[in-house]
Amino acid sequence: MAGTASSQVKRALKQLGVDASVIKRVVVALYEAEVNIVAHAYKGIITADIDPERVFLRLVDEGPGIEDIEKAMTPGFSTASQEVREMGFGAGMGLPNISRNADVLNIHSIPGKGTTLEITILIK
Amino acid sequence: MFHHALRIRQEACIGCSRCMRVCPTEALRVTGGKATLHPGLCVDCGECFNVCPSRAIVVEDDDITQIFNYKHRILLIPAIFFAQFQEKLTLEEINSVLYEIGFTELCTVEQGVDLLVDEINKYIDTFEGSKPVISSFCPAVIRLIQVRFPVFADQILRLLPPLEVTAQYYREDYARHGVPLDDVGIFYVTPCAAKIAAIKAPVGGYVSPINGVINMTQLYNKVFLAYKQKRNDSEHCSLVHSSLSKTGIQWATTGGEASHIRGRSLAIDSMPNVIDFLERLENEEITGVDYLELRACDMSCCGGILVQSNRFLVKERLDQLAKDLPDKHPLDESFRETCSGCIPMDKIEPRAMVKYHSDINIALERMEESRRLRRLLPNIDCGACGAPSCEALADDIVCGRASLDNCLLIHAHEADPATIEQIWGKKRFNK
Repeated sequence: MAGTASSQVKRALKQLGVDASVIKRVVVALYEAEVNIVAHAYKGIITADIDPERVFLRLVDEGPGIEDIEKAMTPGFSTASQEVREMGFGAGMGLPNISRNADVLNIHSIPGKGTTLEITILIK
Repeated sequence: MFHHALRIRQEACIGCSRCMRVCPTEALRVTGGKATLHPGLCVDCGECFNVCPSRAIVVEDDDITQIFNYKHRILLIPAIFFAQFQEKLTLEEINSVLYEIGFTELCTVEQGVDLLVDEINKYIDTFEGSKPVISSFCPAVIRLIQVRFPVFADQILRLLPPLEVTAQYYREDYARHGVPLDDVGIFYVTPCAAKIAAIKAPVGGYVSPINGVINMTQLYNKVFLAYKQKRNDSEHCSLVHSSLSKTGIQWATTGGEASHIRGRSLAIDSMPNVIDFLERLENEEITGVDYLELRACDMSCCGGILVQSNRFLVKERLDQLAKDLPDKHPLDESFRETCSGCIPMDKIEPRAMVKYHSDINIALERMEESRRLRRLLPNIDCGACGAPSCEALADDIVCGRASLDNCLLIHAHEADPATIEQIWGKKRFNK
C-alpha cells in the first residue's frame, strides 16, 4: 500500500531526533515516489539508507518506464486519464514534488522495463 | 521535570502491567513488581487510571478544605458535573448542597464559550501558518503533540480555553466591585487529570488565576451523600451564575467546538484515534482541514476519568439540557464588558522525546542494535519482560535499562522448545 514505506522511514527518523522539516521533505518525496510505483509499475523495491549526514532512498521498479524524463519533470504534465484526475490523482506534480524536496535526484528509466529513482536528502 | 497529576501508589500497586499495556506513549514499565512511570513521556491522559484494578493510580488534586483560606469561594463547574446526576437531582438541589459545602458562588465553566467562539473564528480567519489550527482545549492532547508530534506545536491555537476566560471574568468582576483579590479563591472541578497538570504546570506562559482544583469524583460523592441525608435549608449567600447557552453546554462534548468553527473542521476523540489522525496528517495524507478539535478521552470530557456516570448517558443529558437553553447565555454582555475572550498564550514548545541519544551517531548505532535485537525477540508483545512491547524492550536494552534476560519467552523456549513452538510456531525463534 502506498504510504507504508514513508510511514516506516518517518518513524525511524523521528526516533533518531532528526529535524521535523527534514523529515517532512523525506516523507513527501518518498510518498510521491511510492504512489508512482503503485500507480504505474508492476513491482518495486524501496530501500532507505540513513546515516548521520543524509537519507538516501532508492526505488527500483519493474514497469512501463518513463518515455521522456524531462517532460515528466514538468509541473502539470501527466499521463493520467480524466477519470484518475477526478479521483484527485494524476495532477502532474509527482516528480516535480519529489525534485522540490530532494537535495539530489537521479532518475534512470528504460521504457518497457522500469525506473530507478535515487533521492538524497541532507540531514544537516 | 514536568508536573504530573497522576501518581502510582507503590504500596497499592500489584504490578499487573495493565497500565503499561494501555499507555499511548509507552511511559510505563514494570520493575521490582511495581509499575514505574517515565515522567518525560507521560501526557496525563489517564488511560492507566482507567484500567488499574487496585486503585493504585491516583489523581493529585487539592484538598477541598483549602477553600476556607478565602473569604469568597468561587467554584467553576463544568456542565458535565451536573449531567452526571441524570434526573435524580435538580440543578437547585445540587447547587444548594455545594453552598452547604462552603462555596459562596457557583458558576459554570462554559460561560466563557460564547465569547471565545468569536475569537477562535477570527483567529482562524487571520491565521497565516500551516493549517489545521489545533484546538488548545484538551491539555492531554497538547502534551501529546509536544512529545510525539512536535511538528504541530506551531499549529496549536494560541488562545486559552473557556475555563480561563471564565476564571478571568470572575476575578475581574470581584476586583471591579472593590473586593481585595487575596480574599477571592477560584476553584475548578475537574473531570480529568490532564486539566490539573495544565493548571499546575501551564504551557504557553500563562499563569492561571485558579487557586485550586477539586476532584470531580470526590465532589460528586459529597453532593450525592449530602443529598441523601437531605436537609432542605438552602439559603444562598450569593448570586447563582449557572446559566449557560446551547453552545456552552455542548462545548466539552465531541463536536462541541468543531460545529461552531467556520470552514472545514473535524472533531476526533479518544487517544488512539487522535494519534492515528495526527500520524496521517503528518504524512500529508489528510489535507485541507482548517480546524481540529482533538480530545484525549472517548466521548471527550463525558468520558473523563473522574466522571462518575456512563459517558453516553452524560452526553445524552447534555444534549437534552441544551434544547431548553438560549443561543447566548444571559451573562454574555457582561462578559464582553468585563473581560476578553482572547487570552493569548505563547508558542507551545515541543519537548520531543529523546529515544536513543541526542547525538545522531550514537542514536543510529543504538537503533541498528535495537533492530538486531528485535530479530531475537519473539515479537508477541506479551509484556512479561516488564516492557509494553518487544520493540520497547529492545530499545530499553540498547539504552542500558534492561537486558535480553528479561525475555521470559526466550528462556522458556530454551528450556522446552517443543511446547513453546507448538503454541507460537518454529519460525518465531529462528528468524
